[in-house]
Amino acid sequence: MLRDITIGQHFPGDSLVHRFDPRLKLVLTILYIVLLFAASNPLGLALSILFLAVMYKVAKIPLKMIGRSLKPILPIVLFTAVLNLFFVTGQGEPLFQFWILEIYPEGVRYAILMSVRVMALIAGTSLLTYTTSPIVLTDAIEALLRPLGKLHFPVHELAMMMSIALRFIPTLIEETDKIMNAQKARGAMLDTGKLTERVKALVPVLIPLFISAFRRADELAMAMECRCYKGGEGRTRLKVLRCTRQDYISLAVCLVCFGGILASRLLFPNF
Amino acid sequence: MEETILTAKDLKFRYDPDSPVYALKGASMEVKRGEFVAVLGANGCGKSTLAKHFNAILLPEAGTVLVEGMDTADEDKLYDIRQTVGMVFQNPDNQIVATVVEEDVAFALENLGVPTDEMRRRVDDAMKMAGIYKYRERAPHKLSGGQKQRVAIAGVVAMRPDCLILDEATAMLDPRGREQVMQTIRHLNKTMGITVVSITHYMEEAAQADRVLVMSQGEVVMEGTPKEVFSQTEKVRSLHLDVPQAAELRDELVKAGVPLPEGIIDTGECAQALYELLK
Repeated sequence: MLRDITIGQHFPGDSLVHRFDPRLKLVLTILYIVLLFAASNPLGLALSILFLAVMYKVAKIPLKMIGRSLKPILPIVLFTAVLNLFFVTGQGEPLFQFWILEIYPEGVRYAILMSVRVMALIAGTSLLTYTTSPIVLTDAIEALLRPLGKLHFPVHELAMMMSIALRFIPTLIEETDKIMNAQKARGAMLDTGKLTERVKALVPVLIPLFISAFRRADELAMAMECRCYKGGEGRTRLKVLRCTRQDYISLAVCLVCFGGILASRLLFPNF
Repeated sequence: MEETILTAKDLKFRYDPDSPVYALKGASMEVKRGEFVAVLGANGCGKSTLAKHFNAILLPEAGTVLVEGMDTADEDKLYDIRQTVGMVFQNPDNQIVATVVEEDVAFALENLGVPTDEMRRRVDDAMKMAGIYKYRERAPHKLSGGQKQRVAIAGVVAMRPDCLILDEATAMLDPRGREQVMQTIRHLNKTMGITVVSITHYMEEAAQADRVLVMSQGEVVMEGTPKEVFSQTEKVRSLHLDVPQAAELRDELVKAGVPLPEGIIDTGECAQALYELLK
């Protein structure tokens, strides 16, 4: 049952978006989030969403994937929407009044804008994880954080830990599955009983898992030493991230779009 | 050919300096360049401990370990030694670092700071040699045990070591995986001239080696060609080890009064001898 869990939400493909340099992709995603908040008028938001839709089209990611990534955050979206709906007060007459609840037109406007913005934010960041494998993303983060290394920030160690964690997730999931089966074979009730009972029943699963994780860590450390691991200094990489001409063109196109969306906010502040 | 590549002399080692229990009590051995040596021994006889001395994972309490003339106690030579002697462990899952096969094979070269172009070449060579080139873009956790272990071997071979130490590298594999790994190792030994020291529990594997060492209680107690060692069935048994099935059969037949020549250790030889006899 645990084996069905997928790691990250990588959706392999060979589109322009997939091949785009992960560092630039990461930076653009961050810029896109900023843009969503900077260009907060309806027109700006509409254009931002249009841009995202085009990107999904280019990446050939089925639109139902967006639905899947939005599902878990739907409660949050509804919650913020309801809060905005009732607590934003306007100058004019309330649209609706009942007991202490008042809804103003501004409230409705804010509720809609806020939910759309949050959903666009999630869809935007999902595009990054859909089109970039976790390991490439780790490389990108390492490359982008590298300047911090000068301030003695352990960039290489951080990236190494992330990639080892990614490497061991499937191994440990498989192991959890085995341990659960072993405990079930000894009469452990993992799926039945009250919540507190079920949580307690997990202890005999977690303890062996932890012990084995430490053993694995020990062996892995030894195997790494055997292969001359000595930290990040003087290390070279098999795959070096290189920006091609295509990457720069894509970057320019995206930046122009972002600029256009931002300009629309300034040119038509009333929309 | 007769050059000594690994030398261990009177090694003493204990894991806990406060306890009187020694894992190695004066073990000595030598390995010649290009040799295929199998090390046998019951659990806890110190064979893994001995193996870990050869690339300075462990340092002896007394005695010396020389790798191509370099003393493992010399810290300046540490990375030269580890590059000369590659080590493959029992559990393939716990020695694969990266999430893509080819990146794992490149791990050692990345650590050594090999330039990218040369790295690409060496990684491809190593993967072809271990027969995993076609899986180069796969995730290691989706491979079978034998394939994973060959990824681990390729990761070590990419360093171009002179010597490969296998610490029960086939113990966790199914028969087919074990055969694949043994084939790869024999190939590395024969065509590349890589010295192989294989620690194993499988007598059939040991029978294919050039030389067999048997350890017991922290010392090397028997040494010789597989024929010499396995013909001494009683002595091998007294060390809590099995002998290959063919040797066992020959022994039983001799006991039952069937005249069979000495030194039969594999199935083919045994069949041949029986054929001669029955003709």
